[in-house]
Amino acid sequence: MDNQKADIHCDLMIIGTGMAGMAAALFAAGQDLDIVQAGRTGQLGFASGLIDVLGVYPVARGRIVKDPWPAIADLGRHEPAHPYAKMAIREIQTAIETVLGFFGQAGYPYVYKKNQNMIMPTAAGTVKPTYAAAHTMAHGQAAMAQQEACLLVDFKGLKGFGSRMIAANLARTWPGLRPVTIGFPEAGTELHPEPMARALETARMREKLAENIAPHLGDTASVALPAILGISRTQKVTEELSGLLGVPVFEISTMVPGLAGIRIKEIFQQHLPEMGIKAFFQHSVRRAYRQTGGGWAFEVGDHSHLRLVSARAAVVCSGRFLGGGLHADRSGIMETIFTLPVAQPPDRDSWHHRDLLHAGGHLVNRAGLAVDTSFRPVDDKGRPVWPDLFAAGTILAGQDWMREKSGSGLSIATAYAAVRAARRFLDKT
Amino acid sequence: MQTCVLIIGAGATGTALARDLSLRGTDCILVEKGDVNAGASGANHGLLHSGARYIVSDPAAAAECHAENRILKKTLPQCIEDTGGLFVAVQGDDEKYIADFPGSCKKCGIPVQPLSPDQARDMEPALSEHVIAAFRVDDAAIDPFKLSLDNLCCAQEHGARLLCRHQVTSFEISGGRIVCTHVTDLKTNKQFRIEAQVVVNAAGAWADIIALRAGAQIRMHYSKGSLMVTQNRISQMVINRLRMPTDGDILVPGGTVSILGTTSERVASPDFIHPEIHEIDTILDQGSAMIPKLAQTRYIRAYCGVRPLPAGSEITNPARDPDDRAVSRGYELIDHQDQPEQVTNFVTITGGKLTTCRLMAEKTADLVCGKLGIKAVCRTRTEPVPDAAEAKWTSPGLAPAAWVQESRCKDPLLCECEMVPESVVKKIADSFAANHQQAGLKAISLRSRIGKGPCQGTFCSMRIMAYLYDQGYMDDRNGTDDLRAFLRERWRGQQPLAWNNGLTRAELMEAMHCGLFCLEL
Ligand SMILES: Cc1cc2nc3c(=O)[nH]c(=O)nc-3n(C[C@H](O)[C@H](O)[C@H](O)COP(=O)(O)OP(=O)(O)OC[C@H]3O[C@@H](n4cnc5c(N)ncnc54)[C@H](O)[C@@H]3O)c2cc1C
Ligand SMILES: Cc1cc2nc3c(=O)[nH]c(=O)nc-3n(C[C@H](O)[C@H](O)[C@H](O)COP(=O)(O)OP(=O)(O)OC[C@H]3O[C@@H](n4cnc5c(N)ncnc54)[C@H](O)[C@@H]3O)c2cc1C
Repeated sequence: MDNQKADIHCDLMIIGTGMAGMAAALFAAGQDLDIVQAGRTGQLGFASGLIDVLGVYPVARGRIVKDPWPAIADLGRHEPAHPYAKMAIREIQTAIETVLGFFGQAGYPYVYKKNQNMIMPTAAGTVKPTYAAAHTMAHGQAAMAQQEACLLVDFKGLKGFGSRMIAANLARTWPGLRPVTIGFPEAGTELHPEPMARALETARMREKLAENIAPHLGDTASVALPAILGISRTQKVTEELSGLLGVPVFEISTMVPGLAGIRIKEIFQQHLPEMGIKAFFQHSVRRAYRQTGGGWAFEVGDHSHLRLVSARAAVVCSGRFLGGGLHADRSGIMETIFTLPVAQPPDRDSWHHRDLLHAGGHLVNRAGLAVDTSFRPVDDKGRPVWPDLFAAGTILAGQDWMREKSGSGLSIATAYAAVRAARRFLDKT
Repeated sequence: MQTCVLIIGAGATGTALARDLSLRGTDCILVEKGDVNAGASGANHGLLHSGARYIVSDPAAAAECHAENRILKKTLPQCIEDTGGLFVAVQGDDEKYIADFPGSCKKCGIPVQPLSPDQARDMEPALSEHVIAAFRVDDAAIDPFKLSLDNLCCAQEHGARLLCRHQVTSFEISGGRIVCTHVTDLKTNKQFRIEAQVVVNAAGAWADIIALRAGAQIRMHYSKGSLMVTQNRISQMVINRLRMPTDGDILVPGGTVSILGTTSERVASPDFIHPEIHEIDTILDQGSAMIPKLAQTRYIRAYCGVRPLPAGSEITNPARDPDDRAVSRGYELIDHQDQPEQVTNFVTITGGKLTTCRLMAEKTADLVCGKLGIKAVCRTRTEPVPDAAEAKWTSPGLAPAAWVQESRCKDPLLCECEMVPESVVKKIADSFAANHQQAGLKAISLRSRIGKGPCQGTFCSMRIMAYLYDQGYMDDRNGTDDLRAFLRERWRGQQPLAWNNGLTRAELMEAMHCGLFCLEL
């Protein structure tokens, strides 16, 4: 493919707009590089408002991690193929602090303690270890830890969030949780979180909601709600509603896709282009061509409108099966854009355990792209496939984010490492 | 507890027997260790056989199927979609079998109409270009859940009682009679006794285990079969491969889906069975020879069951029949009075088919009533089974139609894939509450379509659980355990199909319920 024909030339192409792709764009921005990013942002909708780094280790023993950093060091020693093992802990910390700082500046701060995981209540009536919680949710940690008297509110017509279910199942851990069902002001029969959250961005609706909650307050020390505390003005909504009720108000993380995802998506979509990223949100890379003399050309878009983007290097953050980076048929697992080698179990029989909840997790979740310490995908001999192709996020082999509770953290940390390696490569050539 | 007849097993046979006996004015209790249709009756193809499948391997069973097919179409039309069926052969299939087929059908009295391959493809465009012979027969699709639930409701109207999650553990035998049966309530682990004048063992593939408790030997083959559910309906009619019965040669439509199967593998125990990946591969490879698009279509679920095959009834040399295809599909009715153990009030009914459950019930009830000196005659041959309101929501596509017609916006959907609204869940939960029982997710899914669509319960499980708590159907801390049990059960059917979009769905389920909600911890 001839370089001249491209519509857009850039230094670095970032493929994917999930947490890994967005973090990669953030790290690469402001460095004098021309950056293009493409992907469908649907995946970000799965963000839960909780940023996990490492919540369970070792996975097979289901041990909850109190301080993620020594646990990551331990993991690095025992699982050299794990993406975390290919980075220094201090880099992981920098990466995560950078992204959390970015969310804070964008008006959606996260709360975390440097050397301690938080234990949070969930809408399933379970508890979950995480590293950082959106400010709207953070109070749940202390409220549960101190078994605070707490009013747990759900709404007539809002499906999938049941205060009685949560309270009954958390009864042992949190006896002070008191469920109540109320009506949402001016609501029809079926409620959806997004319009509720938008409604609460107005003072009038906050007052009405507070009026509906107030009669149930009693001696409660806090009020828990499903994730509905605003979209772009969560701080104002949370503070004012807390003020109206006279006690802290917080959210419990709900089924995804949900509000936390919409918030994060809006933040990235607003700020990344402002930081100079040429972003094609809602576009996919349909094909990748190797250019003579190195570098890549990508067809970006759909049938009706295709652009050709040439790039000196690329970071692939295309996710797993759900995201679209990996695809499986009956005979095996493939990488979808570059047909990169995929580290995977020998046959389909060993992909999944028969028990969904088997303690060790499922082998297929550890399949993916194996990378070197520069986060370049490697072949089965450990040699980088291309000098100018880097990978980050959940597509990487050797991790099981669902069981480790490491999803967002792993995506952010590896994005940092991959972008830094790509930067070094670009500086040299 | 006392009753006239105790029936062990609430599958198609046990529920049909309960109805037959109740209609004859006989009091009975059904004891079931799982739920209704927990055994083979909830894990079969749903094919109301015309009999044509067994004309060569088992002509007697073929004729029985044919007669029952006629009766059930009249007495249970609400459970049957009268699709008609095709038998088709493709290039390479046994020419002699094809040539003999119409003659053999006629010998068994089974109507058959020859078609040209083009005619067959006009009727069913999904058929392969390589079809070389085709015949039309009277096969139909039957909803096994509705079948058992309708029979059960009718029996209950006439006084029969059902104890679910109750396991028969042993018998007290004295003077050649079972004087009482020991039963464990699996929820509370409490044991109690039931005194019955006659005990009927309708435990399907578990019949040998039950019989042994009364000192009786029955030899059973456990023949496991696996099946796959497609996301969309592939054909209008039942499609059978025209050859000696083997793997992957039947496609049965049911409402909005089709079911492709099956396999036949001898297993060591009827418990803890899973659809295996190699079975799925075999079914797919075989099925797509007949209907090519089966290789690409989307599947939403696999499941398996164990056929109760009494081993006394081999009709060929077992060495030549490693997969039990030639073991009779006929039923076995045993009066244990005439057996070495000489237990006068104990009867076993096993084997047979879903198609013949009514006949099996009739013959068993005749024997039981003889023992009891009851003269009432069988009424099930002609009397229709009422369409029970409680059993309305099992068939694919029914709840959506009712929802669109009746309630639209007033009645929020709890299961969005299969469009099951709150009101349906409420009706089911109420019917449990009326019997002082709690309806868990599995019990609701047995009686409706929840969790049976593409999401396989990932989303609706949480919504329904939250609803059950909200409405006070549930109040203890068992909800998350019930959620786990339900998802595990769904997973059994997803795991062997986890490639392509099946894998994407599996990933979403695990991401939500482990990644976010930590249900595995
Ligand atoms: C149900 C669920 C619950 C979760 N809960 C938590 C939680 O509690 N805590 C937590 O920390 N994290 C959670 N996560 C988030 C998880 O951490 C993220 O999904 C993960 O970190 C994101 O990984 P990713 O960016 O590698 O992939 P993805 O988010 O899958 O993103 C892949 C991206 O690549 C793009 N892409 C794929 N193919 C192409 C192509 N050809 N061209 C262009 N773009 C392409 C996709 O459009 C998408 O934008 C949850 C996720 C899910 C699904
Ligand atoms: C894969 C497959 C496909 C099939 N396809 C068809 C078809 O298309 N058409 C057709 O006509 N037939 C078909 N069949 C056959 C048909 O499903 C069975 O013959 C029929 O369902 C048997 O019903 P049953 O009530 O006798 O046994 P089951 O349905 O097995 O019922 C026995 C019950 O006894 C209970 N039980 C066991 N032990 C105890 C205990 N100790 N205490 C209390 N309860 C106990 C079990 O839980 C179970 O519910 C198929 C079978 C299989 C396996």
